[in-house]
Amino acid sequence: MSASTQAMQRDDVQNPGMLAAGQGEALWNAQPPGGGQSCASCHGDATASMKGVAARYPAFDEATRRPIDLQDRIRACNARRPGAPDMPHESEELVALSAYVGLQSRGTPTAPDPDPRLAPFRARGQALFERPIGQLNLSCAACHDARAGGRLAGALIPQGHPNGYPLYRLEWQGMGSLQRRLRNCMTGVRAEAPPFGAPDFVELELYLQSRAAPLAVETPAVRP
Amino acid sequence: MTAVSRRSALGIGAGALALVTVKPAAAQFVRKDGAATLEAIRAFTGGKEAAPGKIVMDIPPLVENGNSAPLKLDVPGLGDGVFVRRIGVFNEKNPLPETVTLHLGPRTAPRVQTRIRLADSQTITAIAELSDGTFHSATADVIVTLAACVEG
Amino acid sequence: MARALVNAPKTAKAGEMMEIKTLISHVMETGFRPGMDGRIKPRDIITEFACEYDGEVVFRAALHPATSANPYLAFETRATRSGPMKLTWRGDNGFEQTETVDITVE
Repeated sequence: MSASTQAMQRDDVQNPGMLAAGQGEALWNAQPPGGGQSCASCHGDATASMKGVAARYPAFDEATRRPIDLQDRIRACNARRPGAPDMPHESEELVALSAYVGLQSRGTPTAPDPDPRLAPFRARGQALFERPIGQLNLSCAACHDARAGGRLAGALIPQGHPNGYPLYRLEWQGMGSLQRRLRNCMTGVRAEAPPFGAPDFVELELYLQSRAAPLAVETPAVRP
Repeated sequence: MTAVSRRSALGIGAGALALVTVKPAAAQFVRKDGAATLEAIRAFTGGKEAAPGKIVMDIPPLVENGNSAPLKLDVPGLGDGVFVRRIGVFNEKNPLPETVTLHLGPRTAPRVQTRIRLADSQTITAIAELSDGTFHSATADVIVTLAACVEG
Repeated sequence: MARALVNAPKTAKAGEMMEIKTLISHVMETGFRPGMDGRIKPRDIITEFACEYDGEVVFRAALHPATSANPYLAFETRATRSGPMKLTWRGDNGFEQTETVDITVE
């Protein structure tokens, strides 16, 4: 990543991801029409209650006995909250709210949930990372492990760490989640990408997160 | 779909990953020559000559994504009572030659930062009009790398 | 209303330059891009930014489709007297937004 893209991320007033985080803050405090609970009604001040939370996600979800990522946790929370808005995957609202929650972990080292029940899911995520897919028959590992630091045409191949999501991508000219980025990669190798929220994605996220630890959370990051 | 067209479609598909990044729909708007740019510059200066120098343009020579290139302009070392009236920035290959036009004045420093789009690798020209009626120019060559793995 | 971020000093010494940084959320649709249906999406951009302070427009920018999405502008203007600084963005489809910051000059 170039010095100028890093500078854009570092200065909050230059980082367009902070516009989304600001929208997320408003959503955090917004009461549903006709009264009812906001996120803040239960969780209070996010700058205290959400500190370090995103650094631990995906986490084990007792209800589904599966890993759950931050966006699905917010969706599950909304589903229990009367009058809460429906926030589909990758909607502007969900991305903004998760950017705001993620911002509360900025600078915190990524810390994978040590719950042993996550281990088989993490192993599945690793298998997905290493499995060749698509018409180009490439795995994630073929680029992001074996060729990290090299170049694909002019673009630097990164190590594929997820510690800045949701982030502002210059290519998107907007915000997106890690799943959106994973789908881009899958399209790139001519593979069929699973739908948003698919178990494969959450397992991949789980593996990527353990692979990235203890890198500090950078949400909302800026990437080319 | 016939067998032949299917095979040729797969042939394209099996090419280098970087092929994904070519955007034919946008490419049709890339201008082939700089005539419109010269015309836009002439309109800005009113046909006056712009002398190279005095204005400093800072833009990375290699931009990671043409959607956002940081641009910094400065006109250092102005004499007493002289200020910058306007700075015009012109590109060579975007669909339109005008990039950004800044109106300054005696109360504003001749230092501005913004972010611009570049449709392709090209030369950028910045022209400052000073309060003494003179025009000064700077140019910069920028290479735009194509992003890998675009939305598809 | 679009979200905007403004970074300006709350207080400044008379005569010194104040750096003002602004960021506003806007798609800056160029008018040259096809949408999902293959048709060119109509232009929707911010066309003008102006900073009004101490009775005068001290800085103005004319923007074109070549300005990046979520326009960022940083400039410097001289602190003269205490009062409001009005930052206004105008654009296509009646877009208009003003943010005001209060500047105290010592």
